[in-house]
Amino acid sequence: MLTTSPEFKTNAHNALADAGLQKALAFSKPQFMARRSAAVANLPEFESLRDIGRDIKNHALANLDFYLETFEDNVQRAGGHVHWCSTADDARAAVLEICRKADARTVTKGKSMISEELGINAHLEANGIAPIETDLGEYIIQLRHETPSHIIAPAFHLNREDWEAQFRLSHTDLPVDRVFAERRDILTEARGKLREKFLAADVGITGANFLIAETGSSVIVTNEGNGDLTQTLPRVHIALASVEKVVPTLEDATSLLRILARSATGQDFSVYTTFSTGGRRAGDLDGPQEYHVVIVDAGRSAMMGTEFQEMLRCIRCAACMNHCPVYGAVGGHAYGWVYPGPMGSVLTPSLIGVDKAGHLPNASTFCGKCESVCPVKIPLPKMMRHWREREFERHLQPGGIRTNLALWAYFARRPGLYRLATRMGAAAMGLMGRRRGRFSSLPLAGGWTAGRDLPAPEGDTFFARYAREQRASPVAERQAK
Amino acid sequence: MTKEAILGAIRRGLKRGPLPGDQAAMLRERMAHPPRHLIPARSQVPRPDQIALLVRNIEKEFGTVTRVADSGEVPEAVAGYLAGQNLPSSLVMAPHPELRAIPWSSRPLLLIREGRAEATDLVSLQHGFAAVAETGTLMLPSAPERPTTLNLLADTAVVVLRASRVVGAYEDAWDLLRAENHDALTGGFMPRNVMFVTGPSRSADIEQTLELGAHGPRRLHVVLIEDDPAARAA
Ligand code: SF4
Repeated sequence: MLTTSPEFKTNAHNALADAGLQKALAFSKPQFMARRSAAVANLPEFESLRDIGRDIKNHALANLDFYLETFEDNVQRAGGHVHWCSTADDARAAVLEICRKADARTVTKGKSMISEELGINAHLEANGIAPIETDLGEYIIQLRHETPSHIIAPAFHLNREDWEAQFRLSHTDLPVDRVFAERRDILTEARGKLREKFLAADVGITGANFLIAETGSSVIVTNEGNGDLTQTLPRVHIALASVEKVVPTLEDATSLLRILARSATGQDFSVYTTFSTGGRRAGDLDGPQEYHVVIVDAGRSAMMGTEFQEMLRCIRCAACMNHCPVYGAVGGHAYGWVYPGPMGSVLTPSLIGVDKAGHLPNASTFCGKCESVCPVKIPLPKMMRHWREREFERHLQPGGIRTNLALWAYFARRPGLYRLATRMGAAAMGLMGRRRGRFSSLPLAGGWTAGRDLPAPEGDTFFARYAREQRASPVAERQAK
Repeated sequence: MTKEAILGAIRRGLKRGPLPGDQAAMLRERMAHPPRHLIPARSQVPRPDQIALLVRNIEKEFGTVTRVADSGEVPEAVAGYLAGQNLPSSLVMAPHPELRAIPWSSRPLLLIREGRAEATDLVSLQHGFAAVAETGTLMLPSAPERPTTLNLLADTAVVVLRASRVVGAYEDAWDLLRAENHDALTGGFMPRNVMFVTGPSRSADIEQTLELGAHGPRRLHVVLIEDDPAARAA
């Protein structure tokens, strides 16, 4: 996929001025947050499960080579094929070759971020094969020639009016005077349109939430059932997965599934969680004849052993962006590549280069919310800071930011001065920002706020509040005696 | 070779060569006897409560449940459900011995075809392998006698499930599959496909607002046969 990440500032500026986008963000974002917190409140073990999830992924990464080889052995035992691909080019070529061998004319697709990353659709189209996105959100994005703006809700930036307008434009065979009285009417029309496609497709391409080494299975998690129709009806199923998706056992995957849906959509469990292992068995009445897994590196192995290795724990739940004030202000497209929000700010520079995506790690207020909701406890703010430091060292930053950072470092090394300066600043900002709780412009920081809102401090610094609360707390009093 | 390049890069990151034999053996052992992690307490309750939890969770996820005393009552329960929903009384049924053994002739107006589902089928009848009380989730492994399309293509999916097949956690369902299923191709227990199904299909892609009936079934109905004396004590 092409990137506009280098233009993050312009993108963000435009996003803030986009009334339709702002309406969609205001409507949708609070719902995600409320649903997640309700689901978490309903499972007392949730916090312990986060630790377990982190440990399972760490174990898998520490033995990644072994588990990938075991996975391949077990896929082959089940009659399936594994294709190892170092780069996006390799992966596109592998997918095309499988489709060509299958004489494919149309290909249905389940929602897959790695497919977006690799640009599978454009490559198939260029070679005379028609890819059809079947996830509802991906479907309208394809009709609109857009990219997803969110990793689990691709059409996050669209309002109901946009859906109606696009369907009227694209589905010209349907009566022009039809009425979309409810959201359900939009859904029903898409269902009807896509049914024919599911039945006609020669190949089905899905992503994979997990690969299971123990059994050689790929796992998908969906609510619509489109991913399952995609991998069940065509003659050939291709699962695309990056190397870090592999976990050892079904029990390991099961523990991660307990935190995935709750963190993502706030469901206890998604509607369909499906484990695919090889092709149709003797006597089976349905299912694909061929099963292929395309394993893609595309920059992941280079993160191993670096300060960004922990990012490979990500299970793509989207909780970090759902809770991010920056994402909430500018939406997903501003980030300019496949992965938006905090996880994108860490991952994108790793995968496409800090020279292109160096602005993204700055797209943070360092409020820490992302890390506090991440089901596998990825220290996202720390990693964004690592990128900033690297960027600073390479002098890729424009002069203004460098000066400010140097200034900050000067104060940070002198705690007394720092406290005084921040107290003055925070009190002034608290007064100015009181009305909205966010700044959309700040004196002396125009370059920063032109593309971001800064959460307004509540008129106090952390140090001051900490000292006050310590004084007020009975424990502190006892300790003081 | 690409595979070696990828594995080599990973090993360089891990600052080691291929895993030494003893460590690989330990990991193989872990896979042969997969450790269970924390199981939420909510499903670790007496049998009658477990069944009640399953039913509550299926209903919470917009499915419906009819409880019947034995398999003799299934035809009436299915016919009654279809009539209540104004649905046609013809259906496609999984060719499973347990479903075949049901006395369908007691409801001669039910038109039953055996096999996989086609796009034209409005109602499917599937055999429930097991169900997980924790979240109201059905476990439906593929087999010649349990085709996957029956879970997906019809507008209305009906599943016949025995109460004795209800377990607390997903891990218990995996244990059933490990113990009972034999895959001739691999010599293992995994069939081509295992679906966990929790309620009818849905989408929240339009303005993050939930709508039922996306690409899979719009309705999911479970006929639960009370064949478990311990569970009936409720
Ligand atoms: S970084 Fe964490 S919160 Fe964000 S998508 Fe990945 S797993 Fe979810």
